[in-house]
Amino acid sequence: MSVVDPVMPDLLESEVEADLRSTVRTLLEKRASPAEVLRRTESDEPVDRALWAALIEVGITGLAVPEKLGGAGASWREAAVVGEELGRALAPVPYLGHSMAVAALLAVGDEDLLPELAAGERTATLAVSFSTMPGSASVGTTSVADARTADVLLVPAGTGASAELIAVEASTATITPVISLDMTRPLADIDIDASGGGRVVARGQAACAAVDHALRIGAMLLAAEQVGIADRVLEMTVAYLKERRQFGRIIGSYQVLKHRCADLWVALTQARAVARYAAVCAATDADDLSVAIALAKAHCGPAALRTAEEGVQLHGGIGFTWEHPAHLYLKRAAADAIALGSADRHKATLATLVDIPGPG
Amino acid sequence: MSDLMRRVTEFLAAHDPAATDRWEFLRARFDAGLARIDWPQGLGGLGASPAEQAAVDAAFAAAGAPNNRPALGIIGLGMASPAILRHGTSKQQQRLLRPLWTGEEIWCQLFSEPGAGSDLASLATRAVRDGDDWVVNGQKVWTSLAQFARRAILVTRTDPNVPKHEGLTYFVLDMKAPGVEVRPLRQITGESEFNEVFLTDVRIPDADRLGAVGEGWAVAMTTLMSERTTIGGGHSPRNAMVAPLMNTWRSRPELRTAGLHERVLELWVQAEASRVAGVRRRQAQAAGRPGPEGSAAKLSFSELNQRITAVETELLGAEGLRYADWRPERAPEGTVPAANRRYLRSRGNSIEGGTSEILRNIIAERVLGLPPEVRVDKDIAWKDLPR
Ligand SMILES: Cc1cc2nc3c(=O)[nH]c(=O)nc-3n(C[C@H](O)[C@H](O)[C@H](O)COP(=O)(O)OP(=O)(O)OC[C@H]3O[C@@H](n4cnc5c(N)ncnc54)[C@H](O)[C@@H]3O)c2cc1C
Repeated sequence: MSVVDPVMPDLLESEVEADLRSTVRTLLEKRASPAEVLRRTESDEPVDRALWAALIEVGITGLAVPEKLGGAGASWREAAVVGEELGRALAPVPYLGHSMAVAALLAVGDEDLLPELAAGERTATLAVSFSTMPGSASVGTTSVADARTADVLLVPAGTGASAELIAVEASTATITPVISLDMTRPLADIDIDASGGGRVVARGQAACAAVDHALRIGAMLLAAEQVGIADRVLEMTVAYLKERRQFGRIIGSYQVLKHRCADLWVALTQARAVARYAAVCAATDADDLSVAIALAKAHCGPAALRTAEEGVQLHGGIGFTWEHPAHLYLKRAAADAIALGSADRHKATLATLVDIPGPG
Repeated sequence: MSDLMRRVTEFLAAHDPAATDRWEFLRARFDAGLARIDWPQGLGGLGASPAEQAAVDAAFAAAGAPNNRPALGIIGLGMASPAILRHGTSKQQQRLLRPLWTGEEIWCQLFSEPGAGSDLASLATRAVRDGDDWVVNGQKVWTSLAQFARRAILVTRTDPNVPKHEGLTYFVLDMKAPGVEVRPLRQITGESEFNEVFLTDVRIPDADRLGAVGEGWAVAMTTLMSERTTIGGGHSPRNAMVAPLMNTWRSRPELRTAGLHERVLELWVQAEASRVAGVRRRQAQAAGRPGPEGSAAKLSFSELNQRITAVETELLGAEGLRYADWRPERAPEGTVPAANRRYLRSRGNSIEGGTSEILRNIIAERVLGLPPEVRVDKDIAWKDLPR
């Protein structure tokens, strides 16, 4: 029970992180403009493989992996900076699923697959339903994120002592695309051929722990992504309010609109702080990690969703059109609010972690 | 051990807190530069980054050192001292800062007037030059701590013939000067925390003017910015704001309901988010990268404190119906008032130090760069403004 006061780590951005952020942002501004992202969602190839390759070049797949396993030897802090930028751009790349797979393998110390995944030579995902909550037993392989471009699927099987984590070649599984609410992050249902083999990378408790770790890292990266979404939507909305005129005035001079933006900005500053706290806790495997992640997901999800909803509203009719990116952000924010555990479910986790028991 | 913490240890060895007179001890701590490490040398500090201030304070507290009455010093330390450091002459700094920091002098803030609240720059209290003195006439209101205060920061109008922001001058007022009259006002909680202050032919020596004549607005802005980070910007530990609610929640299972559970969890999340954001903001400030997040702190603190105390009052049910004491005496320092009293007091959080509406305007205009409100008072002499 973490009712004790945690020692607060440094939550500021380092110079290395600022450089990484600007490299990724520059790349995304060039290669993943809103128009490009929208065009991609309407194509048969919803993941931008060329963009993914360019991001791999920058080294985003190996940030949290130690150098001896072919990684950059940085940490999940840096990975979170990337997550935030990808969220800002709604970049249609399989970073989240891939990172979860990397986290699972890091937890078991796998030396077979990790070097390839870290280098981005192959792409993987964790084959669990995208709504799975960290700490819960995995619930099936429908609506799996980032499966369509994965070369390798990490599949949890069995429970308790007979649990296993199996690395399966995607080519041996049946992957059926589904139509996703979030058009920029395609989901798929997966059917694993029971006789298809695959390599067991962990068994029993170790397998369960690896999956749980992967889900927690995923939730942490998702919180960073939610910060990116809120940040970009607020930026866009404020820019629009500064330019649009009605009744002879710039509409951004109406107080009621200004106040709504001010409230979104306050929520954003807090989201940034708690997402950052979760990332630092993940990087250092801090005692407070479970609390930090539940806190981040409980706060950042609703903050991003509310910002995306207000973003549509404050853009008026244009915000309701297919051409304007506002709906893409809304869809991503709505899906992210469910992904890896809703805010309510994370609050229920907090109830136990920080001792706020329910009635009865 | 850092150099700084070694200094603290040496100081404590040389000044046994148990054997030293309270004020002597605090004055010595000031003179050793260990009062506020970020203040200049010779003025209570070492010109250091404030990053280690919390550790210094903790070490003094652990050694049983006397405190400087932080609850009463909130205006002097939080608001007056930044203005003195930034705008005061070195003579004024030498004279004013030490007793202010030690808590020997409690300060209050004479800004608001019956006709000037959110629109502070419209204030009417006049100061007229008379030889080496200024003669001040006017009325201030909502002045917290005026009944205890030895000194006040005071904004006055010295030129009614120019637009409102340009004709202001800022002073440090001796509250014992003839012509200063303090009348307590009773507030929503029953107690008298703030006051009306009447100023009748009060003489202030020109040496007590802070900043140039006509430049009082700039000094007032320094004060108001510090005020916002002071309210709601404390070094609170996890759960500090929600602690009383959590204690009641944990110890009284019979009061819990599912609906309240939801709200309590949400408040814990919001309070912790606000706290972590505060930690990050202070880190940025200590690293010399002050951001605009300070204005968010006061806004979110006010509203959260209101929601937290409301839920606690509701949770207490029958107990929430009874009130401890409507008498006007101030609750003794250090006691935690009952939930419903804190609930009533919290209604003032979104009014004092700038209302939530004004803070949202500030965030929208200065942080987000949205266009300002339409102004009807620009370029008009103060005396010609409708009042
Ligand atoms: C507990 C407490 C302690 C205080 N202590 C001190 C003190 O020590 N010293 C001191 O000088 N003052 C003090 N004050 C005064 C405080 O700063 C003022 O009350 C506050 O600035 C609001 O001014 P007002 O009361 O005149 O309200 P008004 O300015 O008249 O505001 C009335 C309402 O109108 C809204 N409003 C006003 N202008 C705008 C606008 N442009 N846009 C939108 N809404 C607007 C306000 O938000 C508010 O809701 C204290 C107040 C309280 C409650």
